[in-house]
Amino acid sequence: MILGRITGNVVSTIHHPIVDGRKLLLAERLDQHGKPTGAYLIALDGIGAGRGETVLILDEGSGARQILNDASAPVRSIVVGIVDEVDLGSN
Amino acid sequence: MLLGRVIGTVVPAILVDELSATPLLWVQPLDKKGKPDGDPLVCADGTRMAGPGQVIYWVSSREAALALDPWFVPVDDAIVGLVDEVHHYSKKELD
Repeated sequence: MILGRITGNVVSTIHHPIVDGRKLLLAERLDQHGKPTGAYLIALDGIGAGRGETVLILDEGSGARQILNDASAPVRSIVVGIVDEVDLGSN
Repeated sequence: MLLGRVIGTVVPAILVDELSATPLLWVQPLDKKGKPDGDPLVCADGTRMAGPGQVIYWVSSREAALALDPWFVPVDDAIVGLVDEVHHYSKKELD
């Protein structure tokens, strides 16, 4: 899983049926200091995450299909948690 | 899933049987701001509605094989949806 921040969303009318009724979130990847790395991904919302939140993103297909409960979902990235705090060790 | 822009269509003369019913499009991957990022690739079009100029989002590997109907076609990149708009929250909205 990776840490990301929701910095936008994607509006899509024509899409695979698995996206019906689900939010597509634009997430920036974060480094260990919470700064954006420059990389991004589009993730389905599995939990009700929104604007500006730091989230936990599952970036693996079979896990995503398990969460969506659909063995044929063409989805790799799904938001699975909202992060309150990340504690970085002192060394 | 990542953003891309369709830059062309691909019409193969000879193709393996498994791909014969699959539309193939040439796609330029985009960064989050819509600028070209990386080398173009050929995507199978799972929506069957994309065309040149269209901004789309796409998946790779096993997920790509699942994006098509009938599913489990031997492809490595596939278009899952067409993008109407990418909304970036402003700095004010994010704070």
